[in-house]
Amino acid sequence: MKHTISVLVENHSGVLSRITGLFSRRGFNIESLAVGPTQDPEVSRITIIADGDEHTVEQIEKQLNKLIEVIKVRTLTKDECFARELMLVKVSCPAEKRSEIMTIAEMTEAKIVDVTLTTVTLEICARYQKLERFIEIVAPYGITELVRTGTIAIQKGSETMDRKK
Amino acid sequence: MKMKACQAMVECLKAENIKVVFGYPGAAICPFYDALMDSGIKHVLVRHEANAGHEASGMARMTGKPAVCVVTSGPGAVNLITAIATAYADSIPIVCITGQVNTDQIGSDVFQEADITGAAEPFVKHSYLVKDPNDIPRVFKEAFYIAGSGRPGPVLIDMPMDVQKAEIDFEYPKKADIRSYKPTLKGNAFQVKRVMAELEKAKKPLICIGGGVFAANAQDEVVKLSHTMNIPVITTMMGISVFSDDDPLFFGMLGSHGVPAANRAVNECDVLFLVGARVGDRAVRTPLALEQTTKILHIDIDPAELGKNIRVDFPLVGDAKNVLTQLLERAKPMQHDEWLAQLESWRVERKFATAKKGTVVPRQFIDKLSRRLPDNTVVVADVGQNQIWTATSFHIGEGGRFMTSGGMGTMGYSLPAAIGAKIADPKRPVIAICGDGSLQMCMMELATAVQNDVRVKLVVMTNKRLGMVRELQTKGYNGRETAVFLDGSPDFIKLAEAYGIRSCRVTDDRSADEAISLLAEYDGIALVEVIVDENEATL
Repeated sequence: MKHTISVLVENHSGVLSRITGLFSRRGFNIESLAVGPTQDPEVSRITIIADGDEHTVEQIEKQLNKLIEVIKVRTLTKDECFARELMLVKVSCPAEKRSEIMTIAEMTEAKIVDVTLTTVTLEICARYQKLERFIEIVAPYGITELVRTGTIAIQKGSETMDRKK
Repeated sequence: MKMKACQAMVECLKAENIKVVFGYPGAAICPFYDALMDSGIKHVLVRHEANAGHEASGMARMTGKPAVCVVTSGPGAVNLITAIATAYADSIPIVCITGQVNTDQIGSDVFQEADITGAAEPFVKHSYLVKDPNDIPRVFKEAFYIAGSGRPGPVLIDMPMDVQKAEIDFEYPKKADIRSYKPTLKGNAFQVKRVMAELEKAKKPLICIGGGVFAANAQDEVVKLSHTMNIPVITTMMGISVFSDDDPLFFGMLGSHGVPAANRAVNECDVLFLVGARVGDRAVRTPLALEQTTKILHIDIDPAELGKNIRVDFPLVGDAKNVLTQLLERAKPMQHDEWLAQLESWRVERKFATAKKGTVVPRQFIDKLSRRLPDNTVVVADVGQNQIWTATSFHIGEGGRFMTSGGMGTMGYSLPAAIGAKIADPKRPVIAICGDGSLQMCMMELATAVQNDVRVKLVVMTNKRLGMVRELQTKGYNGRETAVFLDGSPDFIKLAEAYGIRSCRVTDDRSADEAISLLAEYDGIALVEVIVDENEATL
């Protein structure tokens, strides 16, 4: 089962390697990982999508909490958060297919960010599952390059990571 | 106060009341050594960097406070990793200071550069690479606090040379304030009540203690709880010597190398109360079977240990000393006569076989020796057959202390750890027991002992084999014994002579008695070689 784990950490050099090191040495699988600063310049937020059963996730949380620079760990359930991931896909696209791809883009709320004689580059920001479906749809045209940011997530409502409402 | 950063490092150690550091110098740590020279802090020069860590570890186990080792950059730091990992596995508080190349050279693969904070990452509780000399006071304060508090462990401070040479305004912080590190010390009152209720309800309760009891300095509390409630106690290897072997409620070590009474007890009890024991695989091989039949209560200061290796019915996060004190406030005398009688019937009086000519039975020798040594003797077991022989046959008297590399199983731990322990408490007798394999992993430390007149005793069990591996090969690999023969080893008696150390060899009962007298009475460094049958079994 996939889990969305949000981690607030001190914005020190080396923190990320401590976290990824912990995952690999304890045999936890990372599906995706996204890092960035928060409203507090001294704090970064890491969103990890990890695979495992309940026991594994409990261990991940506890082991993360043991790292000195980890301020807060929270596993977010699907229902309590908004999750998004940004993807850029370059698809082979001769002139005669352009309108087809444009229609797909329109229907899926993807944006065309670049066009050449032979390719189209699309940008889409959505939940993980939607990106997977989008890939299925454009795959027949021939994906020449694909890049994803990894999922980020935020809680619904006024509650935040470090404060309950 | 303005001062050089390397001087500030020394002032930090003084402020932490450090009297001794174990180390090995090199170019990248020279500024610190220069400042250390006139500080009044004693420096013990080891003969290999790993042993600086082991010696600090032996000292930390004795004092319960972080001890310090210092090495240079590159190979010095990398050599230290084994000791860091050993301390980490047993939750021993040490602060490791490593020299590093100049900050502007980091990452360019210059001479004796190693990314030690990166390399040691899996084995440290925390680490620092200090790039701003003004951080030194805070980093040192935090390092000692982190190493010694919560679940103790090694903390590494990597100090680039130019940082050591800088000038700073020094003021040592009174307290470390780390917003993301607040160990839970007191047990949750509600959970304490529930745990006590379970202990009271139990028909066949059993306490299993681990190294966490020492880490929390909770020996008195756990003994008191056992005695008050009349609950029998068993131990993991790390918890040996919390109870004296003479205590009628104590039934010995459990696990794959444990004693029958302890193992039967753990299988038959209805409530198992784990105190600072992490249920390692060597202690409990089949946690799944155990959790189905037994109610499990578990105190640990590390929440991650609760439910990690075994499912727990009543977890209690907290410092063992505090939690046991909370429990003691509620403890009432109980009767478990039937259960205790049953346990008593499982005690096995060990029978020793007759030794082959020219050898002695190691367990018998260890048993005899331990009864001649003072009760407060510190015994350090190495790793291999000697560890199991010592763990199960060395009779622990009132106030005795046993230590060993329990988690990592690092060969060559005993002599350096014994040196550290002896320096920490020079009045107590300290004896290391090792094999001819493990001795050759730390033999160079004999010089450290001689140079600093550290009067440790050393017993070497010679079977000319890596006995435990040999046994594995005999049992599991159709007797195909390979790479376990220690031919080519030196004559250890002559070696001792070369170091100017008193020594003797044990080949029969008479020489055993002489050797035991030497170990018990001689006030100096002594080495005793005990000749053991090459096919002697571990158990």
